[in-house]
Amino acid sequence: MSQTKPYRVSHLDALEAESIFVMREVMAEFERPVLLFSGGKDSIVMLRLAEKAFAPARIPFPVMHIDTGHNFPEVLEYRDRRVATLGLNLVIASVQEAIDTGLVRELPDGTRNRIQTPVLLAAVEKYRFDALFGGARRDEEKARAKERMFSFRDEFGQWDPKNQRPELWSLYNGRHHPGESIRVFPLSNWTELDVWHYIAKEKIELPSIYYAHEREVVERSGMFYAVNEFIKLRDGETSEVRQVRYRTVGDASQTAAVLSDADTVDKVIDEVAATRITERGATRGDDRVSEAAMEDRKREGYF
Amino acid sequence: MSQAVLEPDAAAARGMDLLRFATAGSVDDGKSTLIGRLLFDTKTIFEDQLEAVETASASRGDEYTNLALLTDGLRAEREQGITIDVAYRYFATPRRKFIIADTPGHIQYTRNMVTGASTADLALILVDARKGLVEQSRRHAFLTSLLRVPHLVLCINKMDLVDWDKAVYDKIADEFTSFAAKLDAPDLTIIPISALNGDNIASRSDKSPWYEGPSLLHHLEHVHIASDRNLVDVRFPVQYVIRPQSTTVTDYRGYAGQVASGILKPGDDVMVLPSGLTSKIASIDTADGPVEEAFPPMSVTVRLTDEIDISRGDMICRPNNAPAVAQDIEAMICWMDETAPLRVGGKYTIKHTTRTARTVVRGLQYRLDVNTLHRDESAGELGLNEIGRVKLRTTVPLLADEYRRNRTTGGFILVDESTNRTVGAGMIIEAR
Ligand SMILES: Nc1nc2c(ncn2[C@@H]2O[C@H](COP(=O)(O)OP(=O)(O)OP(=O)(O)O)[C@@H](O)[C@H]2O)c(=O)[nH]1
Ligand SMILES: [Mg+2]
Repeated sequence: MSQTKPYRVSHLDALEAESIFVMREVMAEFERPVLLFSGGKDSIVMLRLAEKAFAPARIPFPVMHIDTGHNFPEVLEYRDRRVATLGLNLVIASVQEAIDTGLVRELPDGTRNRIQTPVLLAAVEKYRFDALFGGARRDEEKARAKERMFSFRDEFGQWDPKNQRPELWSLYNGRHHPGESIRVFPLSNWTELDVWHYIAKEKIELPSIYYAHEREVVERSGMFYAVNEFIKLRDGETSEVRQVRYRTVGDASQTAAVLSDADTVDKVIDEVAATRITERGATRGDDRVSEAAMEDRKREGYF
Repeated sequence: MSQAVLEPDAAAARGMDLLRFATAGSVDDGKSTLIGRLLFDTKTIFEDQLEAVETASASRGDEYTNLALLTDGLRAEREQGITIDVAYRYFATPRRKFIIADTPGHIQYTRNMVTGASTADLALILVDARKGLVEQSRRHAFLTSLLRVPHLVLCINKMDLVDWDKAVYDKIADEFTSFAAKLDAPDLTIIPISALNGDNIASRSDKSPWYEGPSLLHHLEHVHIASDRNLVDVRFPVQYVIRPQSTTVTDYRGYAGQVASGILKPGDDVMVLPSGLTSKIASIDTADGPVEEAFPPMSVTVRLTDEIDISRGDMICRPNNAPAVAQDIEAMICWMDETAPLRVGGKYTIKHTTRTARTVVRGLQYRLDVNTLHRDESAGELGLNEIGRVKLRTTVPLLADEYRRNRTTGGFILVDESTNRTVGAGMIIEAR
C-alpha cells in the first residue's frame, strides 16, 4: 500500500479555523456587527482572528470598548495603539458618562461591573448593532459553559438559558427581529491554555500587565489588589511590593493580580498549565458574590 | 477525595488532535457524574471549582460530593438535580484535547441532546445497570446513529449497585448489540463502569476481572478518528467574498470558506455550482500566506484563474465529482418545536451549508417509533422530538449530498419564519 499523508491539523489550528468560520458567517449574515474589545487577552486574540478571517482586507466592522472608567493605563495605551495600527473605528461607551447623565447610578460599593450592562445595551441601541462578538470562553465559568456560540438576546439584551435555540453542526441561526441581537462567541471552545499557546504561536503582543512585574499590592481574602486610585488601603491594611501578573483584565477596581515570576510567554504557559485555581476564581471579586452570579448577570444582558 | 493517577501533562502540547464527544442516555443514568469523574481523574478540576461543588453538595445534604454539579451549571439544573441544556467542558491528556458536550437525558430536552451530538466524533451512551435499556436509551442511540456519530461507546453504569455482576452486563450488552445492528451503528465499544466510584474510567478496575477491554479514558485517547473525515469529495461552500477596498491590495477577489470535505490544491480544475462554470484554483490563501493544500477543517480563501460570478451560498467542487443541484429533497427530520408540529404544506426557511432558501413540506412519508423502529405511514404530523421522513421542495436549488456521505453538505436546519426559532434538523437521504 502506498503511504498516505495524514492530513491532520493540530487542535489549535482546528480552533482557529472554527473561530474564523464563525466570524465570516456573522459578517455575511448581519448588517451591523461590532467586536467588543476590552484590551484583555481574549479580546486581543479575537481581534487577531478577525484580522486573519478577512485578510488581505481590513477588519470590516468597528470595535467597541465598554469603558468602566476603572482602567489600567497600560491597557488603554495598548487599545489605542492597536486600533490605530489596524485602522479600526473605535466606539467607546462610557460608564462614567452614563453616571453623569443619570442613565445608571453609581453603586454604594463603587463597583461598576453590574452597571456596565445598561451602558452596553444603550450603545447597542444607539448604534443599532445586531451582532456583538464577545471573547467569552466556556471554560471560564459554569454558566458560560452552557451558552451557544450564537446566543440570542431579546430586545432587552437578556439571555434565557432555559430557552436557547438548538445549534446543530456549524449551521448558526442568527435570525432576529429589529431590536433583538445575537451575541457571538468565537472563542467558545478555547481554554485559557489554548489562548496562551495561540499568543505564543502568533507572537501576539499583550499589555505588559499580563507578565510578571513589581507592584504595590494589598491582600484581601487571599487575592492581591493593586493599590491605586481605585483601590485605597482600608484601616488596618498594609501594602507590600510583590512580583505579580494579571491573569485577567477586567474592571481595575475588582480585578486582582496573582503572585508570579512568569515574565515571558513560555513561562506563563508553564504557570497556567500547572495552576490549580481557575482564572476567574483567582482574580475576580465580582464572581464570588453568589453561586449563580454569572448566570444572573447574563440574564440581565451582560456578556 | 483523593486524586487519581493520571498526570495532566503540560496539557496542550501544540500538535495534539481534537476529539469531540457527547454523552447520551436516559435521565439519571449518570452522564454528568461520569463527566465530572473524567474531569476529576484527569486533574482538570481546579481547587476552587471542587470546593464550590463540595460546598454545594454539603448544603444540599448529599452524602458524597456530587460531581454532576461540575457540569450542571444553571440554577434550575442545580435545584432540580437534572441537566437541562448542554454543558461544554474541556480536558486534555498528553495524547489528545477533548471537547465534551454533556447533554440532558430528559425527553423534553431532546433538542439540546441533538445539539451536543451533531458535532460529536463519538457518543457515550449511558445505561443504568439496574434498569437496563429504556425507551430513552434507544431514542438516544437512534439519534446518534441518525446523526452519524462515527463511534459509539455503551457505558453500563452503576455496576457498583449490581455487585459488578457479569450476567447483568452481558444481558444489557446483548440487548444493545442487537438493537444497534438494526441502526447500522458504526463502531461500538461496551464498557462496564461506576461513574460515581471511578471504576474503569481513567484506569481499569479490579472490580471487573471478567472485563478485558480498555478503560474509558484509554479508549477515548486511542480510538481511530483520522479516517472519519471525507477526503475524497471536494466540497467548498463559499461563505464570503473578500474584495479589499484598498490602494495597496488591488484587484483581489477571494472566496472565503471552510473546507467541508476533500482536498484542494492550486492548479486543480474546479466547477462552481449552481452555475456549472469551470475554472482552476489559482491559489489558496491564508493570512499566514498561501498554502499548498487545503482539507477539512481548514478555513481558507480560494482564488480562481477566471473571473466568474461567485457569491455566498455557491459551492466549489470538481467537474467529475459534484453534489446534486436539487430542489426536491427527501430527508429524515427531527422536529424540535414545542409550539407547533411539522405538517404537510408548512413553509419554513431552510439553512444548508452557507445557503439559505425557503421550503415547503410536500409530504410526510412516515413517522418513526424510536423504540421499535416501526414506521407509521398514516402519521399526519411530527410533534416535538418526533422523527420522520419528509419530502421538501425548495425555492432555489440546494447543493447537497446524502448525509451519510457528508455531514456538512447533507445536514440542514429549518427555521420558523415568524418566531425565527430553529424548529427542525434535517439529514438528507436523497436530493434531486
Ligand atoms: N451508585 C452509583 N450512583 C451513580 C453512579 N453514577 C451516577 N450516580 C448517581 O445517579 C444520580 C444521577 O446522576 P447524574 O450524573 O446527574 O445523571 P445524568 O445522566 O447526568 O442525568 P440527566 O442529565 O438529568 O439526564 C446521581 O445521584 C448520581 O450520584 C454510579 O456509578 N453509581
Ligand atoms: Mg446530567
